[in-house]
Amino acid sequence: MNAPAPASPPSPYSSAMGKSAMESHTLSVLVDNEPGVLARVVGLFSARGYNIESLTVAEVAHGEHLSRITIVTTGTPEIIEQISHQLDRIVPIHRVTDLTLRGRSIQRELAMVKVRGKGENRVEAMRLAEAFRARVIDATTESFVFELTGRPDKIDDFVELMRPLGLVDVARTGVAAISRGPEAL
Amino acid sequence: MKQMTGAEMIVEALKDQGVDTIFGYPGGAVLPIYDALFHQNFVRHVLVRHEQGAAHAAEGYARSTGKVGVLLVTSGPGATNAVTGLTDALLDSIPLVCITGQVPTHLIGSDAFQECDTVGITRSCTKHNYLVKKIEDLPRILHEAFYVAANGRPGPVVIDIPKDVQFALGKYVNPRGLQHKTYQPKVKGDLDRIKEAVAMMAAAKKPVFYTGGGIINSGPAAAHLLRELVRLTGFPITSTLMGLGAYPAPDPQWLGMLGMHGSYEANNAMHDCDLMIAIGARFDDRITGRLDAFSPGSKKIHIDIDPSSINKNVKVDLPIVGDCAHVLEDMVRLWRTDALRADKAALDAWWAQIEQWRARKSFSYKKSASTIKPQYAVERLYELTKNRKTFITTEVGQHQMWAAQHFHFAEPNRWMTSGGLGTMGYGLPAAIGVQMAHPDALVIDIAGEASIQMCIQEMSTAMQYRLPVKIFILNNEYMGMVRQWQELLHGGRYSESYSHSLPDFVRLAEAYGAHGIRCSDPADLDRAIQEMIDSPKPVIFDCLVDKAENCLPMIPSGKAHNDMILPDTDEDIGSVIDDKGKMLV
Ligand SMILES: Cc1ncc(C[n+]2csc(CCOP(=O)(O)OP(=O)(O)O)c2C)c(N)n1
Ligand SMILES: [Mg+2]
Repeated sequence: MNAPAPASPPSPYSSAMGKSAMESHTLSVLVDNEPGVLARVVGLFSARGYNIESLTVAEVAHGEHLSRITIVTTGTPEIIEQISHQLDRIVPIHRVTDLTLRGRSIQRELAMVKVRGKGENRVEAMRLAEAFRARVIDATTESFVFELTGRPDKIDDFVELMRPLGLVDVARTGVAAISRGPEAL
Repeated sequence: MKQMTGAEMIVEALKDQGVDTIFGYPGGAVLPIYDALFHQNFVRHVLVRHEQGAAHAAEGYARSTGKVGVLLVTSGPGATNAVTGLTDALLDSIPLVCITGQVPTHLIGSDAFQECDTVGITRSCTKHNYLVKKIEDLPRILHEAFYVAANGRPGPVVIDIPKDVQFALGKYVNPRGLQHKTYQPKVKGDLDRIKEAVAMMAAAKKPVFYTGGGIINSGPAAAHLLRELVRLTGFPITSTLMGLGAYPAPDPQWLGMLGMHGSYEANNAMHDCDLMIAIGARFDDRITGRLDAFSPGSKKIHIDIDPSSINKNVKVDLPIVGDCAHVLEDMVRLWRTDALRADKAALDAWWAQIEQWRARKSFSYKKSASTIKPQYAVERLYELTKNRKTFITTEVGQHQMWAAQHFHFAEPNRWMTSGGLGTMGYGLPAAIGVQMAHPDALVIDIAGEASIQMCIQEMSTAMQYRLPVKIFILNNEYMGMVRQWQELLHGGRYSESYSHSLPDFVRLAEAYGAHGIRCSDPADLDRAIQEMIDSPKPVIFDCLVDKAENCLPMIPSGKAHNDMILPDTDEDIGSVIDDKGKMLV
């Protein structure tokens, strides 16, 4: 049995700012790809007690050494606004865009899902994979590895369906996101 | 172009950045830089006695001049010792460049002698930091560091330079034409919003200016324009601890400092106002008190160069991102050209209300003919020094608050105190930094007997460089502020807050070759202070004051601005804070 959680001390900040509901936002952050930049971003989140639900990073312009970090975070609208401003203060950060605020953005994630089983389960896993447009990228007589891209909730759904059919491992990339339409971020 | 070593480039960059004074302490990983310093006469190096002292001295230098303060320390313990000062500078937005030595690049990560992860350790206590891995990057990084430290909201920047990079040969580039890729803070405020702001001001019935350290950081022009705007409008003005001096305290529109130990009139004006004009202040918890009861009826305008300060603790109605001086300039111009006028009748009524609060004389205290009251000591210090060019630094505790309440600053950059971090040990090294920049000025560290012991080693620095700093200790034999909180929150159980085994401060001064003075008689105080002022040497003044005095007025934690403990109310201060308030600091 776990001891009951101690009542958390009243935060001096809870009263005035904390009344709004929690929301999930996707932030797209363009940074100079220099040593330590990811540590700065992650350190900011831990130091100020913000949440990270997903974080991806990769260089997007090799010549200019620019990387894009995509962060999915939750908080009240006030906290999300703070997070954007705090990120913007980090010196090697070029630009922070709140894709959720801008609306009309596309989110994709890639997952590799390993399922082990025989007989009816194996057939069922294959059928579901087809319905989800997952590809088989590795197979043995008793296992498959499926590759699937899509919105994170679609991947969640697929993983849940695989669970009773012999789910072994899941590896996910985290979310990459971009805005719709012709404009740059 | 001639090749130079990394160490030579560092000195060259300091010259190009106009740095004439640096504070530092040598060690293995910075020896090449010390050798480069040895070969030149432009940059003066002040040898401190502890790297924390170097950081605070650089802060004092920066705060009193408006320039970037520079320190130079070795790897490992040199860097870790500087961390408190860097954090202090981050929280108070003081521009610093800190050069740290590092083990050679090929040894990084091997737990080499005096290796530490300096960029890792200082990442969260600097505005930005760099590890220089190649000589080609060094000149750019050196100049960038000065740019980042000084522009936007100022702050400390660390440059960690491995020893092999200090020896390596390369081509130096000067800072001319250098542009930062990503960091371009916005200094001009949005004109439409500024127009809206002045319109709100003209319509206000109970306005108040709430100003902070941002005015000081913005420079003398900001303080000048602030004075102009305050006089044009006729509005009352208060300021945070960090902003003291931006507006002249002797002026009748000045309400005194606000916040936890601020004046009754300032806090009540903040609580009851209908328009708050916040300029270069950040709604810190020492200022706001209980947030859900903070100035409930007011519209709030917030001018700040740092967008993340806006809507952080308090939601505001009209944010203006920009440098104080630029925005103030637009405000003054618009107020003039649009021939705007404050609502005179409403303002008269508002001032009448404020005068009633002021009549409560919230900084008053019980006078005594037999013991020196700490407030009296600061009052006399002010009276005897106000006609000179005087700079005040402080340590942290009751004495700091009494200094803020009873020393009345008329000019910006004359007051250096550790506000955000509240660092005991700040005052003496900061005074050394100030005195280096202003050799002919009177520089006084208003200290507590506990705090002064945290960086007392810098007495030796003051002696070496003939810096006649004055340490004015309000010696109450307690960590007074701790004792006061224990009285407030813990039934007067003074756990570990008595200053036991104090040194004889007069003899301590003499041991350093400085001058020591002790005074315990109010009738003798003026003479003793004059002796301190007249001494050509550093002085430790051991002022024995009332041991039980509390620092009032006070907004107890968890309470609102209009819920202050006032002096002379004979209230039992042990009973005023509820359980929720006890959780707060
Ligand atoms: C480095 C550091 N450690 C601890 C504290 C907590 N603290 C705040 S005030 C204070 C007592 C200061 O005593 P003293 O210097 O005698 O000043 P007084 O309050 O008596 O005027 C302490 C311990 C601090 N601010 N800084
Ligand atoms: Mg004391």
